[in-house]
Amino acid sequence: MAQARQGDAEAFTELTERYQRNIFRLAQNITQNREDAEDVLQETFLKAYQHLPEFEGHSKFYTWIVRIAVNESLMKLRKRKWDKTVWLDEPVTVGEDTVAREIAVWEDNPEQRYSQEELREILDKAVNGLAPPYRTVFALRDMEGLSTEETAEALDLSIPAVKSRLLRARLQLRDKLTAFFKKKVEDPFAYL
Amino acid sequence: MLTCKQFLAELSDFLDESLGAEERKKLEDHINACPNCWVIADTTRKTVQFYKCHEPVSIPSDLRSRLMKALERKMASKRV
Repeated sequence: MAQARQGDAEAFTELTERYQRNIFRLAQNITQNREDAEDVLQETFLKAYQHLPEFEGHSKFYTWIVRIAVNESLMKLRKRKWDKTVWLDEPVTVGEDTVAREIAVWEDNPEQRYSQEELREILDKAVNGLAPPYRTVFALRDMEGLSTEETAEALDLSIPAVKSRLLRARLQLRDKLTAFFKKKVEDPFAYL
Repeated sequence: MLTCKQFLAELSDFLDESLGAEERKKLEDHINACPNCWVIADTTRKTVQFYKCHEPVSIPSDLRSRLMKALERKMASKRV
């Protein structure tokens, strides 16, 4: 990182290679649009390179580029007539959707019933089904590994707002995955 | 004893192990006595684990090559 900050192009290229997959996934998660995500990927690394001297090293480099990617993604959403303020300033309440709908034990190692590709599809579909405020917080916290504080800073949200959205996202995803992974109850009439 | 609603409100912090010992003990006491909340906590923990272990796929080679070319151009323009 220190080398990259001193203008070492090779060091910056290495950082790009390391993080490009995460940034592309994050951009896809926020924008839900392949073309926008491709633009965001490119803009993020170009901007990061351009503004590298301004990176003060107080945060991790990864957190810094994630913030750039989030801003670029939100700009794409705004261009698509999504008003950022509509969902980023949404009031924080613990509503009815924090009450889990289905309570069922999962099978042991349910992922073994699915191929890697099928599993990826199930997980992607579930997360894509979340509303943008929840999907974005979940992507940053549980997929990209940012802390609550880093997520709050990247999205310009309060910590209680991040926590509330994360909880809703996790519970909604749990509900969606339960449909696939719950333990199958044996047919009570099987003996007939 | 916590209610189920109070338990759910704290579930994320419980799973992230970011609660103090006293608070954590209250939640543990609740799930030990409430099978429904035990199931919710267990399956939510597994949900989070799935996504945490879910590695991003490689980006397509043409996209990667466009990114690298754009970066090279940017680097070259900075050197001039």
